[in-house]
Order: sequence, then structure tokens, then C-alpha cells
Amino acid sequence: MRHLIDILDLTTQEIDELIETANDIIANPAAYAHKCEGKKLAALFFEPSTRTRLSFEAAMYELGGHVIGFSDAGNSSSAKGESVADTIKMIGCYADIAAMRHFKEGAPLVAAMRSEIPVINAGDGGHNHPTQTLTDLLTIKREKGHFDGLTVGFCGDLKFGRTVHSLITALSRYENVKFILISPQELKVPSYVKDMIKEKSLAYKQTTDLDSVMPELDILYMTRVQRERFFNEEEYLRLKDSYILTPEKLKTAKDTLSILHPLPRVNEIAVAVDDDPRACYFRQALNGKFIRMALILKLLEEAGK
Amino acid sequence: MTIDSIKNGIVIDHIPAGKAMLLYQYLKLDRLECSVALLKNVSSRKMGRKDIIKLDEVIDLNWDVLGYLAPDCTVNIIREGEEVEKRHPELPEKLVGVIHCKNPRCITTIEQELPHIFKLTNRQKGVYRCLYCESKA
Repeated sequence: MRHLIDILDLTTQEIDELIETANDIIANPAAYAHKCEGKKLAALFFEPSTRTRLSFEAAMYELGGHVIGFSDAGNSSSAKGESVADTIKMIGCYADIAAMRHFKEGAPLVAAMRSEIPVINAGDGGHNHPTQTLTDLLTIKREKGHFDGLTVGFCGDLKFGRTVHSLITALSRYENVKFILISPQELKVPSYVKDMIKEKSLAYKQTTDLDSVMPELDILYMTRVQRERFFNEEEYLRLKDSYILTPEKLKTAKDTLSILHPLPRVNEIAVAVDDDPRACYFRQALNGKFIRMALILKLLEEAGK
Repeated sequence: MTIDSIKNGIVIDHIPAGKAMLLYQYLKLDRLECSVALLKNVSSRKMGRKDIIKLDEVIDLNWDVLGYLAPDCTVNIIREGEEVEKRHPELPEKLVGVIHCKNPRCITTIEQELPHIFKLTNRQKGVYRCLYCESKA
């Protein structure tokens, strides 16, 4: 059974194919409106989420399928102490495919190891979020046309930002990509992410100063400092306003810069930036639905073989 | 200091100094009924100081534990007073139930039945990562 737990579960060729399908869905939505008729997606959200859950639900509805599930661990049988393995075995009796978000890292993998239906990791703690990465890749491809040779800046919480870890992992498989990692000392990328960049012999730079690297960037990937990842509220309050992107800060940026953000934002991008043509984050959110449609189609098709 | 020579048993030699007690625990040698000798800080030409464990019985050793905790140790099997086999452990590709994940966000912290599994991700540096959350051991 094919699952998507980590972005590396997909080859670059498969990612290209998913992007191609997503682009075709954008161009010809009517051709896909009945592709999943009679199929059910189980949206298993053990942790609250708006964007990811709604984009999975919208994706399945636009393919003509149905959605069942829950949006809070309190509403699931895990509140009664049921294991992830038992939950997924039971869900397999009712649904054809599952998207799982869990507050514990590795939970979707545990589910996949026991599941009779394809499992999609919709985010596990601060670990992986492969469908956000697919969304980011589709957005970069649509905005830039290619991945090779891009200088990509990641800014904000690079320690707990799972979208950052997954996107760096995915982009590391392309030629001559340069990473600029902008964060406070306390929120630097974990060593395993840096080790992976080094292993691929790709160029990278770590800095605490966004302004000094702004002119170099082709992509600026902003992130939110996530309150839910901190055990200590004081530390969160101290770090949350480290970087705030404003129109003034963008004055030295390239005209061709693309600003991405996995959303939701709090205050790390000033609302005034939304009108800048370089702001791609709302287009990015829309792309999330299309790439999830492509993914659901692919996994259901492979499960049917 | 002298320890009686073994007729049938195992000598685990070239253990890094200070690690014998850890091996004793992880190999669960406390459960054996035969004689077990732990020698700490023995002089060694090769290592300066080393630890040695002697078992007065040939048992099935957990080679994953040996490979993880003391990959450079030497295991000598003794039968009828003669050394009949000399083996070196290897870094295991996977460790099951040997060490526990320390990441408080890992799924293993709430699902007690899950086996703690670690994968070897860098053989050169001997780095193991949790199968589920990828945290370093």
C-alpha cells in the first residue's frame, strides 16, 4: 500500500507528475469533477487545523468524493485511549483514503504501518508536512518555472517549522539550489537538516539579519513563530516578533522575488505587503487544494491496482 | 588482580573503559546464573585503559547491543579452555527495543505498546535516529 508520510517517499519524477496533474486540474477542473465519485476521504485531525483540513476536504469534494472524520482529538476515540494503529484499522473499514494530522511526531507513520488504505501525513508535530511541501513546490514551479539554481531564504522559526524542514529536504534534490537560513539563534534549523544540506554539497548561509540578505533572494519563505511548539510561554513572547516583513524591508529585494508563507500568519508579514505583486501566499494556499487533488487521485489509483 | 581462566564461556575484550557496566545492563547479564566477572580500567597497549567482561557460560549475546555500545570490542568464545572463535560486532542497521526515544513530542511517549526502533542513518559517525520522529539517539 502506497502512503505519503515524508516528502522523500516521492521521487522527483513523481513530484513532477503531481505538479503536471495539478496544473491540468487548474486548467480543466470539469474533467476531474467526477474522478472520485463513490470514494471517501477520512480527515483524521487530532490537532486543530483550518487550512490543511479544509483544503483536503475541498480537494475531495471537487473530485466528486465524500469526506468523513473529526477535527479535534477530543472528538475522537483517542480521547478514550485508543491507539493510532487501532484507529486507522477501524477507519479502513469506512473510508478509501485517510489524511492524518497528529500532535505527536511519527503518528502517521505508525498508522501507515498498520493501514489497509493509503495514509497521507497532514502534519505530525514539528516533524513533517509533505502536502504543504508539495503545495510549496507547485507554487515555486508556477511562479518561477523551475527549481534549479534558485536562492531560497527561509525566515523565522526554522527550529520547529516542519514546513521548512520538509521544503529544504525536497529542494535539496535539485541542482545548485542555495539556502539562506534567517532566524534568531534560539530557532536555528536542527542539525540533521544542516547535515543533509552539507551531504548534498549545496551552498547555504546562516544569519540573524534578514535585511543584509534580502537582495540575494529569489524566494523568501516566511514562517510564523508557533506558540503551540513552545513549552515555555515567556520564550515564545520573547521570540515571536523577531522578523516582521514590511514594504520598507522589501525595497532592496529583487522585482522577481516570490514571497511564500505556509499560513496562518500572525504579524510576521505586514498586511500592507499583501498588495505587492511579489506576495504569493494566498495563491500558494489555493495551490494547496489542487496539489492535494492530484495526490488523492494518484494514491487512490495506485491502491486500486 | 587475577580472575580464574574460563573453561567454557565468553570473554568480551576491548570494551572502552567505563562501558562494561552499561553493557552488563543492556546485555541483561544480571539475569545469568553463571559466574560473571567485570574488569574495569585494565591496562591495554592498544587502548590505554579498557574494560573486560568474562562469562562462565556460552550464551546467545545480543549483537545489536554490542554493536551499538561497543562496536570495536572483541568477543572470544572459549570451549574446553581453548579460544575457538573470535568475532567483532558490527553497527546494526536497526535497533529494536534497545534504547528509548527521548523526544517528548514522539508518538512513542503516548503509545506504550510501540517498539522503540532506531535506524542507522550515518554509519561513519554511528548516528541513529528514531524511526518515527527521526530524533537523534
